[in-house]
Amino acid sequence: MMLRLDNVTKVFKVGAFGGGSLTAVGGVSFEVRPGEVVSLIGESGSGKSTLGRMILGLTPATSGSITLDGAPVRPGKAYYRDVQGVFQDPFSTFNPVFKADRVFRMIKEVYFPGVPEAEWAGRVRSSLEDVRLNPDQILGKFPHQLSGGQLQRLLIARALLLDIKLLVADEITSMLDASTRIDVLNLLAELKARGLGVLYITHDLSLGTYLAERTVVLRRGAVVEMGLTGKVFGRPLHPYTRQLLAAVPRLREPWQDAEPVESCPYHDSGASGGLFEEEPDHFVACARLPECEGRP
Amino acid sequence: MSLRVSDLRVHYQTLKGEVRALDGVSFEVGDGEILGLAGESGCGKTTLGKSLIRMDGRMRHIGGEVELDGEVMPIGDDRRMNPFRFHRVSLVPQYSMSAMNPTRKIGKMVAELLRSRGVAPDPAKLDARLELVGLSREVLGRYPIELSGGMKQRMVMVISTLLDPSLLIADEVTSALDVSTQKAVARALAGFRDNGVVKSMIFITHDISLTYQIADTIMIMYAGKVAERAPAKVIVEAPRHPYTKLLIDSLPEVGVRHAERKLAGIPGGPPSLLDPPTGCRFRERCPLAFDRCAEEPPAVEIEPNHVVACWKA
Repeated sequence: MMLRLDNVTKVFKVGAFGGGSLTAVGGVSFEVRPGEVVSLIGESGSGKSTLGRMILGLTPATSGSITLDGAPVRPGKAYYRDVQGVFQDPFSTFNPVFKADRVFRMIKEVYFPGVPEAEWAGRVRSSLEDVRLNPDQILGKFPHQLSGGQLQRLLIARALLLDIKLLVADEITSMLDASTRIDVLNLLAELKARGLGVLYITHDLSLGTYLAERTVVLRRGAVVEMGLTGKVFGRPLHPYTRQLLAAVPRLREPWQDAEPVESCPYHDSGASGGLFEEEPDHFVACARLPECEGRP
Repeated sequence: MSLRVSDLRVHYQTLKGEVRALDGVSFEVGDGEILGLAGESGCGKTTLGKSLIRMDGRMRHIGGEVELDGEVMPIGDDRRMNPFRFHRVSLVPQYSMSAMNPTRKIGKMVAELLRSRGVAPDPAKLDARLELVGLSREVLGRYPIELSGGMKQRMVMVISTLLDPSLLIADEVTSALDVSTQKAVARALAGFRDNGVVKSMIFITHDISLTYQIADTIMIMYAGKVAERAPAKVIVEAPRHPYTKLLIDSLPEVGVRHAERKLAGIPGGPPSLLDPPTGCRFRERCPLAFDRCAEEPPAVEIEPNHVVACWKA
């Protein structure tokens, strides 16, 4: 099961009569393989959530192709058996008048009407245990009786019941406390070891690097740098990546001043120049990088 | 000493009973000091910030005293707090993004706000403040919707400090921002202190690595009480309270990879403050808990400026 994005572009109509246009995502290509976490890092307006929504079939791409094992995305029952999304705010994802077991019941009714009750109950319990929730404490509760971390794990358990191949996780930990956040991340790491592919969308670089084999850095809808996480953050090449890294608050290390991104004479050439392969599994959108003087 | 809070108790009145959100909190903030306040959700950080400026209808001042620049603040009395509010103590709220009137141009709104407080607008001062946070004068002619999140946040910071308060409370002002904007906003806040716009500051956030960047002292709260307070460097490098240690150990940092070093969260969750547990409130989740933790540990100053409430510290 492999997700492939090829030159994906999304243009929104803006303005009073749709006269203007805004390119939210411009020519993005990357892959998510089974058992791999890819983190998609970008600031507000970088188009990271739009990409996630396109992969989930919630909004169509203007051009380019998104394929799962070679087949184009076709939102529907079959597709959502394989691909599910979990979003930022767990408190507004649930219907407040449904208890947790009803959330699972709906999955059974839609996807598994033929499964016997006893077997289904067993599956629900095991998927809850997989996400480290105690079924007896969870099932009879309303969403407001559960904590943010519990709700977020409940959503992941729901996705697991469908035996999905790919999870699109859009800022799933940003509303959680530091102490619960790490539990959810460790859970993703376990699922990944079982072969689940995860697209981890975040603005938080430290969370992104913790799990991901590969990292894609987005800026204004275009990829500025991508490749193996160790390479991208071990030796960041694009000035934007370096600026992002310098802005992350760290423990035991006061903020340093990074060169502002504007100081790179080539930084805007990236969008048009395409990605340049600096070393194996490390791409950077700086068409002039080979002759760049500020090169690390 | 700029701010002195002693044994502050603030409860929320709810249908189910009293929620003891602040249960005996004592600390001091010195002149020119930035105090970082950190802890999990529901530990009482925001309640503390709010009770120093304006309590909402459900909050009750049960006990304890707050002294600002040597003067006791009547925090339980909404009306008598009026002369203090914004003149002596001010707040940059969590909801800054939506704090400004969307129907007014910003300059007009600022003038109206000042008039409502009986203060004459001082354009030169406003310009200087805008410059301090890195905004151009032009924003005054714009509507809030025309500003980015970071710009709105900085504008609200300027408005909150126009009356030169002694103490500024910044409540989660950077949590909704991108890393680079977050850095600019946090630095602008520190700039207020460096340039003497405010005398001292309480910087509330759940992000310890961010607090570490600008705070002089960090105070960790747990379930309505102070767990530990020490200089920022000490909290991060040599914490003594088990809660502080676990909190810091659970922070992922750039470069830490799951494959190499598995971080762990803190099991369980904070206790309900409707009926808080006796003894140490952290003991249910604490790996070091022993018999004595059934008794409440006193806050002890184990070294100058390093206060810990733990029997094992």
